[in-house]
Amino acid sequence: MPVLSYASFFLVFASIYAIITLGLNLQWGFTGLFNVGVSGFVAIGAYTSALLTARHGWPVAGGLAAAALLSGLAGLFVGTLVLRLRRDYLAITTFGVAVTIQVVANNATRLTGGPFGVQFIPKPMEAWLGTGLRWNLAYLALVLVLLGVIYLALEKLVNSPWGRVLRAIREDEETALSVGKRVFLFRLQSFVMGSMLMGLGGALYAHFLGFIAPDDFLPILTFQMWAMLIVGGAGSNLGALMGAFLVWGFWTVSGGLLRGWIPQADQARAAALQVVLIGLLISGMLVARPRGLFKSKG
Amino acid sequence: MFQVVADGLIIGSVISLGAIGLSLTMAIVRFSNFSHGELLAWGAYLALIVSSLMPSTATPIGPFSFGWGLMVSMFASAAGTALLALLLDTILFRRLRKQGSITLVIASFGAALMLRNVLLFWQGGVPQYYSQNLQIAMPVLPRSFHGGLRFTPDQLLVLVLTMALVTGLHLFLRYSVLGRSMRATALNPALARVTGIDPERVLRASWMMGGALAAVAGVFAGITVQLRPTMGVDLLLPLFAAVILGGIGSIWGAVLGGLLVGLAESASVTLAGAEYREAAAFAVLIVILMVRPNGLFGEKA
Repeated sequence: MPVLSYASFFLVFASIYAIITLGLNLQWGFTGLFNVGVSGFVAIGAYTSALLTARHGWPVAGGLAAAALLSGLAGLFVGTLVLRLRRDYLAITTFGVAVTIQVVANNATRLTGGPFGVQFIPKPMEAWLGTGLRWNLAYLALVLVLLGVIYLALEKLVNSPWGRVLRAIREDEETALSVGKRVFLFRLQSFVMGSMLMGLGGALYAHFLGFIAPDDFLPILTFQMWAMLIVGGAGSNLGALMGAFLVWGFWTVSGGLLRGWIPQADQARAAALQVVLIGLLISGMLVARPRGLFKSKG
Repeated sequence: MFQVVADGLIIGSVISLGAIGLSLTMAIVRFSNFSHGELLAWGAYLALIVSSLMPSTATPIGPFSFGWGLMVSMFASAAGTALLALLLDTILFRRLRKQGSITLVIASFGAALMLRNVLLFWQGGVPQYYSQNLQIAMPVLPRSFHGGLRFTPDQLLVLVLTMALVTGLHLFLRYSVLGRSMRATALNPALARVTGIDPERVLRASWMMGGALAAVAGVFAGITVQLRPTMGVDLLLPLFAAVILGGIGSIWGAVLGGLLVGLAESASVTLAGAEYREAAAFAVLIVILMVRPNGLFGEKA
């Protein structure tokens, strides 16, 4: 049974990361919008749902919806501000969002609980299923269903006329403009939708663990999501999905091995080494196979 | 009141020096380098390591908290950090240049995490200092006069050295052949190439200069605050805000931008408390993007 319990944990996290990576793929893979503040948008969703359900008695479904909505609003604000400007301004501003959310989460203690975060976040259907393996598996089923729905919806979306315009903009903005497409609006829609998926992912994370703290949303989270997308292949929903499972597997295994090799006293250094490893993975991938593992041509 | 301004100028001079290097690479290599902050951190730590090799030179000179060994180490670290920047370009950025600027941004984000974590692995997370000597701040204005004004000798030295360095850099870019080629490449790379400027040489020079300035900024941050492996990433947002505020590619813009961001940070400490300091740079960034996205001295987007 411990194997099953471990597997359910692993799969829930991988599926949540897959949802976030699909959002990132919509922004970057299909529209060419570079978001360096993924952790910030995830944190907005996680905190929104956690606070509304734990402190104000909202139902979990309402919390999830509000999480997506608020992260989407943050995306709308950032997008409206910078999507008309130089492309890397988006990178800098989203990075600023992540830093600022981190500062607020750590310091606005009355709102966010400060460094200790939010505890006792309701787990959906807990009264009915208990807290053990049964609940984990039920939550896994819920996350998988959401992931499946999102995946299919995105596949439909990117193959629709709307998705074709997105790709046209990504490949050649001038041409898209010249045939009368409102490039800015398309970009904004894609950016907001991607942000909403990140917020939803954050909320799912919060309700699975039952507690969140600012340290759950450090820049390393952004980096992991990028590693997943790049390894899987930006511009392919299947790639984003597979990338999430593969990189999360790589991360879990390498973490386990390093913790085994490095003495207890040096665990902080082991964590540092793990980040270096995944950094090598992402840089090596960019240099050697920039299209990713699952990206088909076109 | 005076103290807020003075503190802002001291934080600002560190930000200015870091921002000049970042602005140069953003204008000449043409991408937003998220690993620039790590060059500051590496510069600070390299100086610490070099100076610890020469313990006999650590006796404080005059009113300062550190010996001449640290100044020597700063030059060694500037050279080392310049090489580190060049190395990063050779093994990573150069190979990706053809794939466009956004791939470079992703790669620099990855490089930043690696550099930071190698530093953390090597030096540990505990804050370190160049010197254990405590400094007493000298009163310049009495406390009764608008809250007064106090400086430590170290802080004054940082201000003076920053101004000297910026002036020297200005003269270099204005009058030397290499400096002029750099400005030409920043303005119009195609035209610069036509007039016979070797773009690779300019690129190498920009990386090295950006690295060296980052190292000095890192040492100054280490002198006035402390050394932490995260000092680089903590300064990254202020650096970007300063570059955009000043206008990409403008040296004096980066200096002024850095000083203004420093002032905003120090004002936010008074207004909202020290813990919201990091958000001040974000506020500056948002305002400048709303009002004047090309920056104060920027040419055009």
